[in-house]
Amino acid sequence: MSPETPSGQIAPRSAVKRRQVLKGLAGGVAIFAWPTPGLALPEDATRAIQALFGDRPLQEGRVVVELPKLSENGYSVAMAIDVDSPMTENDHVSRIAVFAEENPLPDVVRFELGPRAGRASIKTRIRLGASQRIRAVAQMNDGSLWTSYAFTVVTLAACVVQG
Amino acid sequence: MTIRIAIPSQAKVGEIIEIRTLIQHPMETGFRRDEYGRAIPRDILERFSCLYNGEIVFEATLFPAVTANPYLTFCTRATESGTLVFRWTDQRGEVFEETADLEVV
Repeated sequence: MSPETPSGQIAPRSAVKRRQVLKGLAGGVAIFAWPTPGLALPEDATRAIQALFGDRPLQEGRVVVELPKLSENGYSVAMAIDVDSPMTENDHVSRIAVFAEENPLPDVVRFELGPRAGRASIKTRIRLGASQRIRAVAQMNDGSLWTSYAFTVVTLAACVVQG
Repeated sequence: MTIRIAIPSQAKVGEIIEIRTLIQHPMETGFRRDEYGRAIPRDILERFSCLYNGEIVFEATLFPAVTANPYLTFCTRATESGTLVFRWTDQRGEVFEETADLEVV
């Protein structure tokens, strides 16, 4: 709500604010028209997964990717990855790789761990260029691959806004 | 280069502890342009390692999709008293390191 002057007119201060907001919005339109690097298609993420893990089958499950349903700022999105594993010498996660289907690069981050980790539970913050699915693939010590994904809506995309 | 590590100072043998790390770094993606339209060169940290008494217990490979000032939380099992080393390596091979002591009782 804009504060009003006694005469009922909108106070000059808020008028300036409104102008700045409008200018910002106009700038936003210009920014979105800026040539941006081509965003990766989901096929690129699939190719990146195959490049890292080969053609071995991916089984759905054991992996949980946590992202906010709505990411207001694509520059910093909290992500948690948990893999269901006892993390013992004989049964543990050896690698986790995270892929973004709609980022300029499908690779996001990779983790290498083992029984010394005790628990396959990792948190970090990532940049997202668009609303998209984030997929995590976990490789167990027996070579089996497990996967899951989370979807998040990104309001303000990273990479797009300059400066 | 500011590095922050959050780790319990003491843990029981076999206990799984959570370690939180943060390092100050722009993680410049290489995809952005400056106000004159010139490409801003990529400048990122590429590797992270955590060593527990000299043995690697956790490693990460970072891509430009990791935010500026990379934040990373992971776990390790407390096995013996000693020193944990946290080591980041940037794309030019420069190394940034911090250590933390853990007493295991």
